[in-house]
Amino acid sequence: MISFILARVLQSFVVMLCVAAISFSLFTYVGDPIANLVGIQSSDEKREELRESLGLNDAVPVQFARFVSRAVRMEFGISYQQKRKVSSIIAERLPATLELSILSALLALGIGIPAGIYTALHRESWFSHLVLSGSLIGVSLPTFLIGILLIFVFSVQFHLLPSFGRGEVVQLGFWSTGLLTESGLKALIMPAITLALFQMTLIMRLVRSEMLEVLRTDYIKFARARGLSNRTVHFGYALMNTLVPVITITGLQLGSIIAFAIITETVFQWPGVGLMFIQAINEVDIPVMSTYLLLIASFFVIINLTVDLLYYFVDPRLRVGRDVKT
Amino acid sequence: MAKPPLLEVKNLRVEFPTRHGTLVAIDDLSLHIDPGEVLGVVGESGAGKSLTGAAIIGLLEPPGRIAGGEILFGGRRIDKLPDAEMRRIRGRHIGAIFQDPLTSLNPLHTVGRQITDTIAAHLPLTPRQARARALELLGEVGIPAAAERIDHYPHQFSGGMRQRVVIALALCADPKLIIADEPTTALDVSIQAQIIVLLKRLCSQHGSAIMLITHDMGVIAETADRVAVMYAGRIGEVGPVSEIIHKARLPYTIGLMGSIPSIGEEVERLVQIDGSMPRLNETPPGCRYHPRCPNAFERCRTERPDLMPAGPSRVACWLYDSPAEAPAARPIPAAARATGGHRARGAAAAATLIEAKGLKQYFDVSPPLLTRILERTGRRIVRAVDGLDISIAHGETFGLVGESGCGKSTVARTVVGLFDATAGTIDYDGVSLSTREERARNRSVQQKMQMIFQDPQASLNPRWRVFDIVAESIPEARRTKAGGFKERVGELLRQVGMSPLDGDKYPHEFSGGQRQRISIARALGGEPEFLVCDEPTSALDVSVQAQILNLMVDLQRNLGLTYLFISHDLAVVHHISTKVGVMYLGRIVEWAETRRLFTRPLHPYTRMLLDAVPDISKTGTQRAQVEGEVPSPIDPPGGCHFHPRCPFANARCRGESPENIMVEGTSVACHAVQEGRLPAWKTG
Ligand SMILES: Nc1ncnc2c1ncn2[C@@H]1O[C@H](COP(=O)(O)OP(=O)(O)O)[C@@H](O)[C@H]1O
Ligand code: SF4
Ligand code: SF4
Ligand SMILES: [Mg+2]
Repeated sequence: MISFILARVLQSFVVMLCVAAISFSLFTYVGDPIANLVGIQSSDEKREELRESLGLNDAVPVQFARFVSRAVRMEFGISYQQKRKVSSIIAERLPATLELSILSALLALGIGIPAGIYTALHRESWFSHLVLSGSLIGVSLPTFLIGILLIFVFSVQFHLLPSFGRGEVVQLGFWSTGLLTESGLKALIMPAITLALFQMTLIMRLVRSEMLEVLRTDYIKFARARGLSNRTVHFGYALMNTLVPVITITGLQLGSIIAFAIITETVFQWPGVGLMFIQAINEVDIPVMSTYLLLIASFFVIINLTVDLLYYFVDPRLRVGRDVKT
Repeated sequence: MAKPPLLEVKNLRVEFPTRHGTLVAIDDLSLHIDPGEVLGVVGESGAGKSLTGAAIIGLLEPPGRIAGGEILFGGRRIDKLPDAEMRRIRGRHIGAIFQDPLTSLNPLHTVGRQITDTIAAHLPLTPRQARARALELLGEVGIPAAAERIDHYPHQFSGGMRQRVVIALALCADPKLIIADEPTTALDVSIQAQIIVLLKRLCSQHGSAIMLITHDMGVIAETADRVAVMYAGRIGEVGPVSEIIHKARLPYTIGLMGSIPSIGEEVERLVQIDGSMPRLNETPPGCRYHPRCPNAFERCRTERPDLMPAGPSRVACWLYDSPAEAPAARPIPAAARATGGHRARGAAAAATLIEAKGLKQYFDVSPPLLTRILERTGRRIVRAVDGLDISIAHGETFGLVGESGCGKSTVARTVVGLFDATAGTIDYDGVSLSTREERARNRSVQQKMQMIFQDPQASLNPRWRVFDIVAESIPEARRTKAGGFKERVGELLRQVGMSPLDGDKYPHEFSGGQRQRISIARALGGEPEFLVCDEPTSALDVSVQAQILNLMVDLQRNLGLTYLFISHDLAVVHHISTKVGVMYLGRIVEWAETRRLFTRPLHPYTRMLLDAVPDISKTGTQRAQVEGEVPSPIDPPGGCHFHPRCPFANARCRGESPENIMVEGTSVACHAVQEGRLPAWKTG
């Protein structure tokens, strides 16, 4: 048990180190950090002095170690463009992205899973057919198109919802939230739907096909043959078994919600880290870019770790050892 | 005077509506089961056995549906009941057991929870009472330490133990009828025997009747009171078990019985029913068996026979119709099986063709290093083959038997060089092929060995035409010879009883038996001398198995082949082999010439297997109870691997591994034999 968790944590640690290495090389080798810090007229000696003082002449492993130890202390350097600490830029932007992503994830899970179960259990009903054909749109239309369509209908045509921005926000300590004002909530609706739609349909289709698979298994047939009620068979036996494989993929999907937020944030000019990243690319703001990379990777790793542990508790085949002697 | 039957099925018809019209899977089928009776239902796969069972408990998979007839249980009609009411019958009045114990249990719940769920659905018991009853049931089906095991998950039980749990589940509300669909097919022979005995004992204690669906005539012979033989969705013959086995009347039953190899007799060739059962969309008119029936006459092609009395049985066959046309007037096929010695095959003193010494094949199945360090466990090594000696002479058929997991397939793969042996030597006709380098150096010798696998479906590339599959096996040198190449493929196909025209088709267009023929043709392409056959007929129906076994015998005679024939089925090995070796946990514990091994077995494990195997020659016999299951090859018991299950084990057996010694032509590894303290084998 402890060893399982330890092994997983160690694995995550290794993954994070690899990402840190990529992020570090971006930082070190793409563009010249000095050129972005000093004026064009600075003399070569001055540049060299700066190099020395920033430790850019040290051996690469030493630089990497310094990079990692700074990252652990949440120091990611100074933005080239804004001349501010990257960490405070992120701290400002992150709540917007997290609020959007978490709401989308809840939408995707809260609608996707029940819809998957419903369409699996009532395969022939007209409602299932409707939901399934509808989901095709969700899968096939690109996210930005959905966003633009929504803006066109609800902002341009009917003036019901704002087409960009986060509305009014309230500052709760370090966290800025849009959930407490009417305009903040209104602004959240369309981006959240846009971001959730693809994952929702994916999760629904996944749950549906997995559940259909489970309903065909021998143990479901045997459970029916013993006269267990439909409720026990469907929700006590089938659903549990459906969720075991679904958990993994769903975990990854939630990770990609945060990653995909880039597109949605761009379409809706949502002031989150995704938009920040796009701006950083335009401005070749390497520290911001590499920090964003690290951030997204750590989200993925944390989600993955959670999923693995969850899996471990749901599936006794992992938890309880096989007993060879019977 | 007669009590009403427990179950009565009248004129049942099951249909599958499809885009290309309606398929009739069960057509006008009637049967009954009396209280406490065991009705065996036999027939080849696709005959409709399982569908009949599913229709009775109302669990036909859509779009299948009951399109006609009625099903009465205790006089009450149940085929039209609404689902909620049917649910109260399922489990409570009619229980069911399915084939595969490994997949019949919900992997996420403890067995205790699955039993109490079922009890709660039918009986007015408190959770505590339900648990007490669950415990009692687990004890009754022979789960040791039930009080502890009740909270275990299915994966913590072995296959045999899981099937016991399944039986406990089926019995937990005391149903009056159990529909057991191939309950032992997925199990090993020694466990099969335990489960059959258990099922029969429990049902007679609880007064339950059984509808025992199986394709295994041996199981039927020992268990059933009456037998119904199904063919293409209909019952062809039904009668008391001894009549069906010894005095079969329907030509199909006669053919079927003749195609089953038996340990009780030696035959050169098995009775062979040519062709295969028709698919649902091409059932012939009249008697459905007429295209394959050796006795068919005019009337059979147009009129459909229904069950009519014939002696104590009832038979759906026009041969038994009008008393005027007395059976004698028509040639009634004789139930006798062609007998005669066949051990002339394989000349007595032929030279050794292949010899392996001290063969070992270990697999490292250790968890990753990190896990090993954290959990402080060592490496885990599967000793699949562990010091095995084998020697096969020219023209011989060496049969290798043993339960699953004992290492048979690994021996096969190691011998033909698919695995690099961990240790030991392999000599083929005087050429050493022990290592990869030696095999590479002697490619032409290596090619004289070919292999046939159990599952022809998986071993044939589905995207290749049969012609290409067979052609691929012909060595480069012969391929360049202009013209002759195409003929050669045709010849190979003809050799295995197929037409050269079949070369244009794809594997999926053929039945299982034909696919196995194709893989034999492919194996023959390189003109091998030595064929390793790993369970080549285990996935096939008996009638098709007979075709393949006969083909193998013919090929051996015509081409002078030598076989290593691997099977878990003792009767098949008995039929085909000239010599037989018995494997247990990676070693051959006993080998001898076939007749000798089966009539004078020495090793306690061989004796146990022979006791356990259900055989048609054993109608109504009592069998000796077999104990235990095969242990894991990861951590085999010390000393003699067999000692935990052996009735003759002593202190020496637990500490010291026995060497093979020769006793009157039998090579056997057992201390009891060496010490002369083994009782004589019952003869008869
Ligand atoms: N490639 C492999 N890796 C690990 N274990 C294996 C491998 N192949 C076979 N085994 C194990 O070796 C043992 C013998 O297997 P096998 O030769 O297939 O037995 P049999 O043919 O008698 O069923 C089994 O426990 C099996 O799980
Ligand atoms: S009815 Fe005719 S074809 Fe059918 S089994 Fe009897 S003899 Fe053969
Ligand atoms: S050596 Fe001992 S334990 Fe092994 S089979 Fe012989 S008597 Fe039994
Ligand atoms: Mg095998």
